[in-house]
Amino acid sequence: MSDGLTMLFGLFVLLGAVGAAAALTWFERRLLGIWQDRYGPNRLGPFGSGQVLADMLKLLTKHDWVPPFADKLVFIFAPTAIVVAMLLGFAVVPFSSSLYIIDLNIGLLFFLGMTSLAVYSVLLGGLASNNKYALLGGLRSAAQMVSYEVFMGLSLIGVVMLTGSFSMRDIVEAQRDGWYCISQFLGLCVFIVAGIAESHRLPFDLPEAEHELTAGFHTEYGGMKFAMFMLGEYLGLMLICCMIVTLFFGGWLGPILPAVVWFVIKVFVLICFFILLRAAIPRPRYDQLMSLGWKYMLPLTLINLVVTGAVALSLAEV
Amino acid sequence: MFEAVFSQFRSIWRILGHSFSRAETVQYPEQKPYLAPRYRGRIVLTLDPDGEERCVACNLCAVACPVDCIALQQGVREDGRWYPEFFRINFSRCIMCGMCEEACPTYAIQLTPDFEMCEYQRQSMVYEKEHLQIAGTGKYPDYNFYRVSGLKIAGKDKGEALNEASPIDIRSLMP
Amino acid sequence: MVIINIDGQDYQAREGQNILQACLSLGLNLPYFCWHPAMGSIGACRQCAVVQFQNAEDERGRIVMACMTPVTDGARFSLGGDKASTFRRNIVESLMLNHPHDCPVCAEGGECHLQDMTVMVGHRDRRYRGRKNTHRNQYLGPLIHHEMNRCITCYRCTRYYRDYAGGHDLAAMAAHDHIYFGRHTDGVLENEFAGNLVEVCPTGVFTDKTLVQHYTRKWDLQSAPSVCVGCAVGCNTMPGERYGKLKRIHNRFNAEVNGYFLCDRGRFGAGFVNSPQRLDYAAARNADGSYDAIQPDAALKLAAELLQPDNKLAGIGSPRASLESNFLLQQLVGAGNCSPGFSALDHALIPYTLQLLQQSPARIASLQDIESADAVLVLGEDVTNTAPRIALALRQAVRSRAFELAAELKLEPWQDAAVRNLAQNQRSPLDSYLSAESKLDDIARHCIRCNPEQIADHANAIVSALNGGTADSDSASDIARSLLAARRPLIVSGSGAQSAAVLEAAAAIVNALHRVNPATMISLSVPECNSLGAALLSSDVSPSIAALAERAVKGDIDTLVILENDLTRRCSPQTLALLYDNISNIIALDALDTATVSEAALVLPCATFADSEGTLVSSEGRAQRYFPVISTTLDRQPGWYWLLQLGRAARRDDFAELLHFDAVSAACAAHYGQLAAISAAAPLHDFVSHGLKVPRQPHRYSGRTAMRANVSVQEPRQTQDGESPLAYSMEGLNRDQGGLLPFVWSPGWNSNQAVHKFQSEAGGPLRGGSAGVRLLDETTDSSGSPAAKPGLPETGQWLLVPRYRIFGSDELSVRSEVIAELAGEPLLELNAADAASLGLGQDDALCIEGAAAIAVRINDSLPGGCIGFSAGYEATRSLVAGSRVAVSKAVDWASSRSQIISSDGGSRHV
Repeated sequence: MSDGLTMLFGLFVLLGAVGAAAALTWFERRLLGIWQDRYGPNRLGPFGSGQVLADMLKLLTKHDWVPPFADKLVFIFAPTAIVVAMLLGFAVVPFSSSLYIIDLNIGLLFFLGMTSLAVYSVLLGGLASNNKYALLGGLRSAAQMVSYEVFMGLSLIGVVMLTGSFSMRDIVEAQRDGWYCISQFLGLCVFIVAGIAESHRLPFDLPEAEHELTAGFHTEYGGMKFAMFMLGEYLGLMLICCMIVTLFFGGWLGPILPAVVWFVIKVFVLICFFILLRAAIPRPRYDQLMSLGWKYMLPLTLINLVVTGAVALSLAEV
Repeated sequence: MFEAVFSQFRSIWRILGHSFSRAETVQYPEQKPYLAPRYRGRIVLTLDPDGEERCVACNLCAVACPVDCIALQQGVREDGRWYPEFFRINFSRCIMCGMCEEACPTYAIQLTPDFEMCEYQRQSMVYEKEHLQIAGTGKYPDYNFYRVSGLKIAGKDKGEALNEASPIDIRSLMP
Repeated sequence: MVIINIDGQDYQAREGQNILQACLSLGLNLPYFCWHPAMGSIGACRQCAVVQFQNAEDERGRIVMACMTPVTDGARFSLGGDKASTFRRNIVESLMLNHPHDCPVCAEGGECHLQDMTVMVGHRDRRYRGRKNTHRNQYLGPLIHHEMNRCITCYRCTRYYRDYAGGHDLAAMAAHDHIYFGRHTDGVLENEFAGNLVEVCPTGVFTDKTLVQHYTRKWDLQSAPSVCVGCAVGCNTMPGERYGKLKRIHNRFNAEVNGYFLCDRGRFGAGFVNSPQRLDYAAARNADGSYDAIQPDAALKLAAELLQPDNKLAGIGSPRASLESNFLLQQLVGAGNCSPGFSALDHALIPYTLQLLQQSPARIASLQDIESADAVLVLGEDVTNTAPRIALALRQAVRSRAFELAAELKLEPWQDAAVRNLAQNQRSPLDSYLSAESKLDDIARHCIRCNPEQIADHANAIVSALNGGTADSDSASDIARSLLAARRPLIVSGSGAQSAAVLEAAAAIVNALHRVNPATMISLSVPECNSLGAALLSSDVSPSIAALAERAVKGDIDTLVILENDLTRRCSPQTLALLYDNISNIIALDALDTATVSEAALVLPCATFADSEGTLVSSEGRAQRYFPVISTTLDRQPGWYWLLQLGRAARRDDFAELLHFDAVSAACAAHYGQLAAISAAAPLHDFVSHGLKVPRQPHRYSGRTAMRANVSVQEPRQTQDGESPLAYSMEGLNRDQGGLLPFVWSPGWNSNQAVHKFQSEAGGPLRGGSAGVRLLDETTDSSGSPAAKPGLPETGQWLLVPRYRIFGSDELSVRSEVIAELAGEPLLELNAADAASLGLGQDDALCIEGAAAIAVRINDSLPGGCIGFSAGYEATRSLVAGSRVAVSKAVDWASSRSQIISSDGGSRHV
């Protein structure tokens, strides 16, 4: 693609991602409604989809307030950071063999880098709020993200080993013979868990944990700044789903239908699965989360790495 | 460990199953829910079967009220009945717990299945006696406190209440 | 202390108590009905049954009545065992057989001892299916409501009314289950202490009629410790408030003062607090004599003009205002310009009374001391009508003989029936020299009727007899003998006779007696709640009202401040005219609209005892603090607060430092050595118990979020009280604060019987100490003679002697509706011989010095040559006690009177 087209496509992805995140708020609530034997938002527009608009209007018209006791600059910077980081992550997502913004040869590392940046947003937000709940939320998220960062990266190394490249396109192309969700099943499992933890979605939303911490790191946030955090969270969810599809479910690969459609269908199903997790699984205690990470996830990842390495080696020798 | 993991998957599966069950939601206000007569909604004051005020201003409802939203003042009518000179419920405080109804010894105060009492002004949530009094007996059609009580009122002398012997003539020497 | 064993546990108990008392003192809940700490045990109700075991091996035991069983060392009891508790439950069940279904419409509900005991024993269902007995009620006057159906025949009412208070017109009638407690016929209860039936009756047979009309349950009453302002005895009260109205007065236990009982003036005489004649707003007089209500700050601005530094100020204090108010007035106008506000006679008499009390080596008797006296001499004071509670105490004093006899037989004093049976009519001697009959005559040994001058002569005869001389009359030597024989003799007198000679004589007897017996006691009555306090603040330089009037004529007074004083009660219209005509700037502070208020250029509305704080000095010399029970409303403020504001408005430096009531009190204490202790009369405003102020509202206080909702649904913050240790709140701890007792309640004890939970032992003094401090215990030798006796007019031959009435003679209580109803007409009394000499019959009237006619009553108890006049009535204000006047028979009296009665529509109570 030419530079101009890429720019245009980039803009399209930007708007699409933000729009989809907005729609996702409504979609999630409807889906949760269905699984909890109720309706969810159903008053405004067809199937209540107008709720998105209403919420948006409400958030936009809300008083843009910074607590007098907060660190003003950091307080404002924090929510923007998460959105920027998550949106940047979309740059390396290949929607089809030709539809992508950029195909970096270190695409995967770029993605990991961007998701790591997101932790600053939560941490700084919690710190800048100068509120004990927010601080606790920030601390939790720092610990949680730093821990899960480790085996999130490690769990992908198997994929990289098999492909021999960090480029997203190469990884997808390498799955023409078989999706990595089979050969890298262990990696997939770990990545999903770590992905949830990274995007601090339920059941791993300990930084928010409204039962204990009021609203965790964004206790003091309201209006559009709060909306940015929400946007970041949904963008993160989508990004993680895009990544899982790309890395484990063959990306755009699929018969008959156009490549992009396959990609979107796969991502959509995964998003539904994430929402189902939210509907079904309760939040663990903080120490349980940590022990899950370090005592189970890390060893599993390492086993996966060793086995994958051995298999790859033995295959290469043959 | 295995069991714990399995139970997570089982609950995911069960929740997924709910995709096909009906929503329980009652679409208020288009659909009205069924409210039993014993539903605890708006509080009323009732009349006894003879059409007289049931409330005797004994203050038991007020003291039972956990949010202290009932205030009243007792008075005595010409005929000897006790009655509330004023009776005020601050519904903006009321939690519809029904303790006042439980406490009422005369069945005067009753909760009704009406809960739609929104107001734009909080002040309008303050109900005085004239707002509370209804022209009927409510849930208990037969009870009349003064037929049971020993208090003398016009039309019911001493000894004429339920299960009462006629007044003793203390000058009588009969055993 | 001995050890008794209850339910397997050893407890310490005081010997001489009964088991019931011991259990209650130990904090154990044992139900009872007929026992009363002040009246002892008779074992009538069978409710306090416990099982007593013979010895450690006894398993069965036998049921005994705890109230009739003395504490003995090592005794074993079962209180909670099956046998005793079943017995007690059955007793309550049988008491409840005929109890009507009245609780919701009963004024006792919520503070009913029967309710408490029923719950305590666990009785719930009436199993008996027979019909309930019923009774007709009686009309017992405007004070007490009668509802006989509720009776449980515990006999407390008659025991109190007849045995304790000496009444005759209430009795148990008929027999078995026909028994009836009432009068022989409808009518007003005659005893002055009938109101205590309300508290004595364990259920709702006798209830407070003034409360029943606009009833409030005990749990809804906001109350505070207060002091009765009906007379100078200083009984402790607990006024109850709801919706800004004073609802009732209940007794506040004080072992040294009123114990468990009040008089009816105190209990029912506080209705003036709710009077429509209360002043609500400050007012300034217009040129045409009408008044405009003005804002407080405008009033203070006006006051500042009137109180300019170059204006010559004067003040008239009041014996019914608090020490603090009187003190501030004195500070404002200067001691030499401040009259204590006594009447002309009292201006000499009250300071003289104080002086006698200060000089007297004998102990000034508290009511508790009076009850313990074993020989009493009453000189010229009709205490039943001037200091009623003393009369009730004297009734107990004559029982000292009975207790002596009982002690000889090793009978415990609480064995009420036995002690009374033993003593029959044997009483300790009580002798009285009075100008007419009194209610105490039935227990008196010698009742000698003579006029005040003669009283002094008789007393001197007694003094000579005490000093070993011979008395010229048998009675005097008899009295002297019994006083000398007594262990704790008591002389009761007071300013009621309006005679310095009587007081002097009383003091002489006390002095003579004290040389022989240091346990001699004296009690001198003064007329008003703070008469003694006003006297303590006054000095030789304090002018009388008449002296101020003279100064006014000379033009020496520009502005006069009158504090809570209706001068028409104090001095003659002539004196008042001099005051009012020569002083144009009068500032009057009062709670009620009076004739004096109508003469003022500026009127400031004061709070009463119920909505302010202050210190009063009782006739015992006890400084006691009363606290507001109602937060001040409208523009009413306590007198001391207004005076503080006036001082500020006048830019007085000495007022700048005084910010709180406590500061005023402390300044007053600092100024007067005799008053140094008043700051200790009650805890200061910063007192906290367990981190909180003492609550005025019980923890069940209801309707907080609705009572003001008709005004605004937005609830205001609770009224803050920065001046007292009490809070207008339910939060806080009401426990062990002694005199600071706003209400009595304890878990399971909703009635006033809960007071034993606040006592150091059942019937003993309150934990935390009794309220008030005694100021006059130290004898001062400020020698002095009675102030110059004011010249009394002698225009005729008839000596005027004051006749007081419990209802009617007191200024404030008579402004209460029910008391006014009972006050009746003013009368002139004289004996039949004198009446005949004047040609008077029962329905005639007399004019004194050509004034308006007053009805005459023939009263043979009056000595010849005396005319008794109803003191404190408007018609008799011009009459000066001790003066000799000329009288004439009123013409056309009978006819004019009959017209009044017929136009009146007749009296309601015939």
